[in-house]
Amino acid sequence: MTSTWKVGTVAAIHAETPTARTLELDVPDWPGNLAGQHLDLRLTAPDGYTATRSYSIASADSGPRVQLAVDRLPDGEVSPYLVNDVIVGDELEVRGPLGGWFVWRPEQTEPVQLIGGGSGIVPLMAMIRAHEAAGSTARFRLLYSVREPGDAFFAAELAELERSSEHLEITWVYTRKTPDGWPTPAGRVTPAILEASTISAAENPTVFVCGPTGFVEAVADILVELGHSSGSVKTERFGGA
Amino acid sequence: MMSHLDGNAIAGPLSEIFGADMTMASGRCGGCGDVSPLAMAMVYLKPNAYIVRCHVCDTMLIMVVESRASVAIEIEGLDSLVIPR
Repeated sequence: MTSTWKVGTVAAIHAETPTARTLELDVPDWPGNLAGQHLDLRLTAPDGYTATRSYSIASADSGPRVQLAVDRLPDGEVSPYLVNDVIVGDELEVRGPLGGWFVWRPEQTEPVQLIGGGSGIVPLMAMIRAHEAAGSTARFRLLYSVREPGDAFFAAELAELERSSEHLEITWVYTRKTPDGWPTPAGRVTPAILEASTISAAENPTVFVCGPTGFVEAVADILVELGHSSGSVKTERFGGA
Repeated sequence: MMSHLDGNAIAGPLSEIFGADMTMASGRCGGCGDVSPLAMAMVYLKPNAYIVRCHVCDTMLIMVVESRASVAIEIEGLDSLVIPR
């Protein structure tokens, strides 16, 4: 898989959360991508200075349309531009699809546990969509940690899937503020939550964890304590964007 | 110190150098002998460069420097690199 830079055109934009947007890019010659892959996006300043960052792809389609969902990080060089400034019709340089490690393929039949923090849901959403699109009967379970209900990406789509899918189960964790009437207080993901609300190590799931570095490390450490082998836990960290 | 990313972040520049996905490639650390997929390495982002360190012992494995004109890799502390077919 040789990947070189291509120019994509922003075809659609919509808000995900108060600080995040979904960008749909049309990239001619895009070969399609596997669920969980990412691309690199490069911005070039008038003086030639470039900044490159990796973004997970939320879509897992075969066509030239690629969906990204970008959260604005404070002090970021690239994400504020993508969230605040980019408009439909703008051109962006991208390289990809990239990565063969943090991917789910429809021919996989083992149980899959997805654990996402904040915008770490993006590659997991691609896996959920690919799972649905393929009609896979593999058991999928998602644990999605967000600060508060308004920070959830893909909220409407996840709510609909939670109702309609026979093979997907979703657990929400709210770290700062819960919805009204939520049975448990807000708080971070704990060993007790992971033990109660994820597929156990005894079932030999493949586990995908994506989120900010601190979240990923905390979750991965707990999973190993709960008996998962480190080889069955695949992680993807992000930050500094 | 800025928090690190992981080896997924260097898939792009390495794909240009090697013509293959390298996140699945196994690297053996020259510091501690650990053998892991590059996807598991720790990656520190600098302006136009990626510093890649062993996730076990922190030894610097490789550095990737990228500009508009070129992409370069410096092999620092990798004893071997195996690419799955």
